[in-house]
Amino acid sequence: MQPTNDQRLWMYRQMVTSRHLEERIETLYMEGKTPVFNMAKGPIPGEMHLSNGQEPCAVGVCAHLNADDVVVATHRPHHIAVAKGVDLNAMVAEIFGKATGLSGGRGGHMHLFDAAVNFSCSGIIGESLGPAAGAALSRKMQGKPGVAVAFLGEGAANQGAFHEVLNLAAVWQLPVVFIIEDNAWGISVAKQASTAVLRNDMRAEAYGMPGTHVADNDVEGVFAAAGEAIARARDGQGPTLIEIETSRLAGHFMGDSEDYRPEGEKAGLKGRDPIPRYRAALLEAGLIDAASDADLVDKAHERVEAAIRFAQDSDFLPPEAALETVFV
Amino acid sequence: MTTTSTTSSSRKLTIARAMAEATAHEMRKDPSVFVMGEDVGPLGGVFGNTRGLHDEFGSERVRDTPISETAFIGAAVGAASDGMRPIVELMFVDFFGVCMDAIYNMMAKNTYFAGGNVKVPMVLMTSTGGGYSDGGQHSQCLYATFAHLPGMKVVVPSNAYDAKGLMTAAIRDDNPVVFMYHKSLQGMGWLGTEKGATVATPEESYTVEIGKAAVARQGRDLTLVSLGAGVHHCLRAAKTLGEEGVDVEVVDLRSLVPLDRETVRASVAKTGRLIVVDEDYHSYGVSGEIIASVVEHDTTCLKAAPRRVAYPDIPIPFAPTMEQWALPNADKIVDAFHQMMSN
Repeated sequence: MQPTNDQRLWMYRQMVTSRHLEERIETLYMEGKTPVFNMAKGPIPGEMHLSNGQEPCAVGVCAHLNADDVVVATHRPHHIAVAKGVDLNAMVAEIFGKATGLSGGRGGHMHLFDAAVNFSCSGIIGESLGPAAGAALSRKMQGKPGVAVAFLGEGAANQGAFHEVLNLAAVWQLPVVFIIEDNAWGISVAKQASTAVLRNDMRAEAYGMPGTHVADNDVEGVFAAAGEAIARARDGQGPTLIEIETSRLAGHFMGDSEDYRPEGEKAGLKGRDPIPRYRAALLEAGLIDAASDADLVDKAHERVEAAIRFAQDSDFLPPEAALETVFV
Repeated sequence: MTTTSTTSSSRKLTIARAMAEATAHEMRKDPSVFVMGEDVGPLGGVFGNTRGLHDEFGSERVRDTPISETAFIGAAVGAASDGMRPIVELMFVDFFGVCMDAIYNMMAKNTYFAGGNVKVPMVLMTSTGGGYSDGGQHSQCLYATFAHLPGMKVVVPSNAYDAKGLMTAAIRDDNPVVFMYHKSLQGMGWLGTEKGATVATPEESYTVEIGKAAVARQGRDLTLVSLGAGVHHCLRAAKTLGEEGVDVEVVDLRSLVPLDRETVRASVAKTGRLIVVDEDYHSYGVSGEIIASVVEHDTTCLKAAPRRVAYPDIPIPFAPTMEQWALPNADKIVDAFHQMMSN
């Protein structure tokens, strides 16, 4: 399955947008946190899990989705939220904890919910699978169009939830796709030190569903694998498991010294940064030239800057608003 | 919210039947309501509360699941957020350990995380209680464990009328509701059924408002507060004490979240004496919460220090001699009152 030229440009634009957002968050996050790193300080307090390097997973999958489809993402959600079409202003405002945020600042960066595009995420490993399967069950029972996609990291494949939900989704032939973003590290523990199989897509066989592997963080490889899986789901042929070999170009969270990485690994990953690679491919294919690329990048950056200004200019809810929306 | 039946009915139902009847009624009316859990299908639920549903609605809407609570409770969260109204069963509340993440980190929190923009209208049914020597992993109540965690309503009926009305209210609620039913009240003969739980229950649909306690017996001298099976211990103790000339009021909490503190306070304001009866563990639980709710509001209303008759802080033992010794009962409540009056 090949992307159209429009889809190629769309994927590239989303990757550029997401990366610029992460780079700006990185700078803003460090405000107030130097010289002493205190996670509670600055305009963006708390943990921050940046998605730099994992953009191909988000865009290659979401290129096949529309607003009706359900996505449940992880604690590292920004690239997926951008690609799923989450309202960028409200998302960035939520990351800042502002009143104009998706939930008025009650969620924060690990708890982004945008019902308008059926996006949610959560902070605990392996939590995406159950709700995605349930949303898929809901669509199947209601006879409503739409599929569900659960994103998870390779570490989540060792959680009980992974095995329970894969089995359930296969038994019930649910229209759901499980996307493993394999960035090779569960915080500081390497995949090969935690996982009994070489690749998690091999585990699909144990649950009677197709398993696909995408090597080398390849945007169009993700697009092809996800396209096939999502088409199967839409066609009522049940779930698929996909593992994507991706790269975490930032730390697990901001402030992670990454001393556990072998020497030279990070430099090697940066040399394989998927965005310059995809830019080169699009230049090579003649889809963009230097001028149109600069224009595309400028526009993506301005969209991010506008969202950041929106967030910065917004107020916080009064503290006692914390008492609201426990129940509806 | 509360709809009281206008037609009288002398038909008596068990709690199990009442739960199934309420569920069936809502399933007929609302195609988004469905049931899933272990053995809820053709078997009708280990405790009878889904009996007949599979025959009427089929295996699409009454789904037997794999033994995978994390998966199907997590799936219920996703389905509820997508327009469905799932009713899921955690067969024994003791099993919450294998799936609590789906319950308290997702079911209970997603609406708040979404600033109210995502609803999670689901019911988690779960059985509680012991007294039949099922050992320490099949006999707990764990009321406080669930009631402690914000974001989910918690109801505990003591009789079939309330069970049916609370079940209907729970299914219609746009928030997650944990429906905790006590095994000894289910009307399953093999569980040593409490007869007082099988009461007149109208055939037509009605709701009992979640968050409203009931005064199960009126009195002037002593307030007994309890829930579930404990209400029946209290009613027996009230009868015994009545023969001694003590006029006992019994408050049936019915809901733990929201908690009807007003009804408890009004009763204690009248009687001046409070004993809380709870089959859940003694410390950090319902009994302490009820007493605190009274005394933080008004210390002058009490004529004597409040007391509690609760399960001791021990795992539940198997041997009948030990388990029965540890459980609350009417005699212990009567003794607690006598001690209160002798101090």
